[in-house]
Amino acid sequence: MNDAAAPPSAEPPVLELRAISKSFGTLEVLSDISLKVARGETVCIVGPSGSGKSTLLRCINWLEKPDSGAVFLSGRRVGMRSGGHVAMSDKELAQIRTRIGMVFQHFALWPHLTVLQNVMEAPLHVQKRPHAEVRETAEALLQKVGLADKREVFPAQLSGGQKQRVGIARALAVQPDLLLFDEPTSALDPELVGEVILVMRELARDGMTMVIVTHEMGFARDAATQVVFIDRGQIVETGTPVQFFSAPATERARQFLQRYATANAATIELQPARAMP
Amino acid sequence: MIRDFGITWAHRDQIVHGLVNTVWLSLSAAALAFVLGCLLAIVLMARTRPLAIAGRYFVDTMRCVPFLLFAYLVYYGLPSFGIRFTNYSAGLVALTLYNTAYMAELLRAAWAGLPREMIEAGHAFGFVGLSLFRRIVLPPVIFAAIPMIGNQLIQIIKDSAFLTIIAVPELTHEASSIQATYFVPFAAFVTAVLLYWLLCMVVEVAVAGVGRMAQARR
Repeated sequence: MNDAAAPPSAEPPVLELRAISKSFGTLEVLSDISLKVARGETVCIVGPSGSGKSTLLRCINWLEKPDSGAVFLSGRRVGMRSGGHVAMSDKELAQIRTRIGMVFQHFALWPHLTVLQNVMEAPLHVQKRPHAEVRETAEALLQKVGLADKREVFPAQLSGGQKQRVGIARALAVQPDLLLFDEPTSALDPELVGEVILVMRELARDGMTMVIVTHEMGFARDAATQVVFIDRGQIVETGTPVQFFSAPATERARQFLQRYATANAATIELQPARAMP
Repeated sequence: MIRDFGITWAHRDQIVHGLVNTVWLSLSAAALAFVLGCLLAIVLMARTRPLAIAGRYFVDTMRCVPFLLFAYLVYYGLPSFGIRFTNYSAGLVALTLYNTAYMAELLRAAWAGLPREMIEAGHAFGFVGLSLFRRIVLPPVIFAAIPMIGNQLIQIIKDSAFLTIIAVPELTHEASSIQATYFVPFAAFVTAVLLYWLLCMVVEVAVAGVGRMAQARR
């Protein structure tokens, strides 16, 4: 099962990407992406729009199939077996996917289920865990994201920020080894971003292993253990937030941060209490 | 005229018998067409091209055949191939198969209109195959399609009147037989029309009720 030739003593990284490439037609969206994420890390993937960030995230749980390269979850190959020559069956793939929680840009809650049912759905019907235990976990998670009083409500009656917090509770409910966030605050009104960021900061502090595609540079700076800068489908720069934000090594990263700062100058002026990079 | 309605009223047991048959036929055909329509919608949405194309041919064929002719074919045509039905079951089969195509098409349209991310979330959380369809896809599809399903149910009720030509003892057939015996065409047919109208009203009220419930879940 284990395709990785990792030394037996060391714990394999929770996530390892090896030379992932992906094209849509003639357009190469990802090129030779390699990345390791250790347990407890918060990795923020940043970069311009259309740089391939979301596609990369979707390759991790095989929602998008890379053209080449390999994905390993805790040392186990995702999507392929028998040394990478045979595609996994849908069932095998589902087994792996249920160990990865995912939070979507547009929430993607199931509209026909209440908040509580949304959180309980996968643990009950995919993982087949006992109802009482699942319910207890789900209620605790809704408490954690501050939505215990909304559990009998349908998603349509929630604000964007509340929907996304349900999305996070749903992703946590499967007790994942890894959480993926696909621009979790991009679809939110500015005043609702804070409540979602707050929950994510808490998860980072709790040592949840997370890979986050985001445009929230403030969050990346404070909460990330590793910042990955992607441009035109390639990893241009990887580093700690301190390195990346105060002394970016590449010209492209410098330009990106500069453009970002200019675009947000107005917002930042309005928030004098917030520390500048 | 009052006398004509008097005659019709005197044969109310026959009218009620026809009405009950119409209701039964329509409801069973609608239920069967819905279940078969779900399966056919899966076929239409299948990634296996030949399968989807075969389903598409069935739907297009059904939609282009007049129901009257189709009912004739099932009742008079199929016995040539050794398939024999009673009048009632021939009517049920014709009504079901014909509307399966329509159900499948309206469910497919509702399915195609669902936000992609929602189904993707199903995949991402490990739902596959039938459980993905039943738990994640089908409920929102049904909620979105309720007005169209209601329309189709009304269509089925009205189409069932055609089955009089293969002597299915439904409402139109009974009204027709009363008028043929006593020559009270206006009274007998107006009575039938009013009863069809009443049935359709019941369907509309029910659909509105279910629609309100669905609104919160969309």
